[in-house]
Amino acid sequence: MDWSALDLSLRLAFWTCVVLLPLGVLAGRALAYGRFAGKGFVEAVVALPLVLPPTVLGYYLLVAFGGASTVGRLYEAVVGHGLVFRFDGLLLASIVFNLPFAVQPLQRAFEAIPSDVQEAAWCSGMSRWRTFWRIELPLAWPGVVSALALTFAHTLGEFGVVLMIGGNIAGETKTAAIAIYDRVQAFDDAAAGTMSAVLLALSFLSIGLVYTVARHGSRRRA
Amino acid sequence: MARDAAPEPVGDGLNVRLRQERPIPLDVELRCAPGELLALVGPSGSGKSTILRAVAGLYRPRHGDIACDGQSWLDTGRGLNRSPQRRRVGLVFQDYALFPHLSALHNVTAALGHLPPRGRGARGRELLGMVNLAGLEDRRPAELSGGQRQRVALARALARDPAVLLLDEPFAAVDQVTRRKLRQELVVLRRRVDMPIVLVTHDLNEAALLADRLCVLHRGRTLQDGPPAEVMTRPHSALVARVMDLGNIFDAVVAEQRPAAGLTVLRWLDYALEARHAPAFPPGAKLTWVIPPSHIVLHRRDRPSRGEHENPVRGTVGELAVLGETTNVTLAVNGRKDCPLFFTVATHAARRNGLAIGVAATVSLLSVGIHLMPREERGEQRAVDPARHELAAIR
Repeated sequence: MDWSALDLSLRLAFWTCVVLLPLGVLAGRALAYGRFAGKGFVEAVVALPLVLPPTVLGYYLLVAFGGASTVGRLYEAVVGHGLVFRFDGLLLASIVFNLPFAVQPLQRAFEAIPSDVQEAAWCSGMSRWRTFWRIELPLAWPGVVSALALTFAHTLGEFGVVLMIGGNIAGETKTAAIAIYDRVQAFDDAAAGTMSAVLLALSFLSIGLVYTVARHGSRRRA
Repeated sequence: MARDAAPEPVGDGLNVRLRQERPIPLDVELRCAPGELLALVGPSGSGKSTILRAVAGLYRPRHGDIACDGQSWLDTGRGLNRSPQRRRVGLVFQDYALFPHLSALHNVTAALGHLPPRGRGARGRELLGMVNLAGLEDRRPAELSGGQRQRVALARALARDPAVLLLDEPFAAVDQVTRRKLRQELVVLRRRVDMPIVLVTHDLNEAALLADRLCVLHRGRTLQDGPPAEVMTRPHSALVARVMDLGNIFDAVVAEQRPAAGLTVLRWLDYALEARHAPAFPPGAKLTWVIPPSHIVLHRRDRPSRGEHENPVRGTVGELAVLGETTNVTLAVNGRKDCPLFFTVATHAARRNGLAIGVAATVSLLSVGIHLMPREERGEQRAVDPARHELAAIR
């Protein structure tokens, strides 16, 4: 059992959620309420990671983050080291490939709030900011939980993109999913089995949470 | 420049003037004094709800002025458009739009942002008590009946201490019994609040029951504005009569004018109907007339009564609907199904006179109830700008 790999996976999942949640709320709300040119295009871009082969996504991220790229050079100039084969790069990639898992449930949740409930809040004298905190966000709560659980579970399970962008460096980029592959290659079936079971349990718990919250949310609003 | 053209004194109550051609045509001018209840009536798509949303600040018309209690809320000429938060409106939405995740009490206290936090709970309870919901403060909207939800919505609308109360079809989503109860409560509530109230409804009876003044709207334009009794018995035009679904609308020709007798005589089918003198229509003029059911008197079979000489009209009973104590009767005049005369009688009177489908009957059309209007030209209903034609014809 490779504890450092599991620890790395959990850290990656945690930080992905932390960064992606506010981003997803902003983007999901904008897509739900906004009427702007090219909205369909933006939605398509957000959904792309769902259908793209992880290797293709990983390849483009590798090119985009690499030492020859603007992003890579800029990052190295500011932070002092590059993005590729580092935890930072992995986190950035994780944020990109989890976009649809965070944005889409939040967009659906904001869309489900009737517009007259929002208008009623304004007519009750509540500012837009207060309406967001007191009315919109609590009503979009099931979407928040879904987004977090899906992002968390998906980060634990991602393999292709991680391998492309991070490689297999223990303690830095070797996540649990990579470690399992590593153990199987080394004919260490016991370790692979244990780690697979742990990932299975974590994923099951996350998805179970999503379904429970979704059912509870729909019952409360009925 | 619009300022100079119309130096409208902004007084008490609500003053609204809206004009635009697109996307929804609007051409309305409304006033509602403090304590007055103004009902906006008209078919769906006539712009009633849009006007209400414009007053609340949820819809921005191309041109218009809205002022309440001397404070300007919208003035497109000056580029002024206050947000709903800065308008002090109380709006009851058609589907109530309660906050589903908050209790009844918190739905109300959410609109008490102008009070210090410590005073909100007490004021919220007081408001819920005022709409007869004491004891249900902790229930969520999903745990309340339709009528109770409407009351929470009303309490929430009043919570802001609004300068105007707007009610958008507030009784549309509840059953008949609850509706009657809620209407009665509104009548009582009105005595306790002193602000302009604007009610949007497509139910004429509701409007007549509750409102001090009706404003009849058609395709975004004001057709007529006045007390319910006047609008319903003296519509300005055939279009108003049709929009109000008054029934008993017929075409006739002026046979003669008898100013000395105070009468205008109409030729209608084979009858000479005497109406109150209306000098605006010369002999030979084609016109439309209307009579409310309340001015149609059924002749008794057994013995003649005094009113029988007044415009007697014969026919056969076409339809009969017994609604408890009253019975709705449709009389096919001269047996013609295309000339239906609608009136109501007490059910016992209908029984005593042996009213049944196919039975012959005679009624009197009381001349004070016959109201004359310019003839509605065929096709004018479909014209681009029917309201303006109608109004021009009157002026």
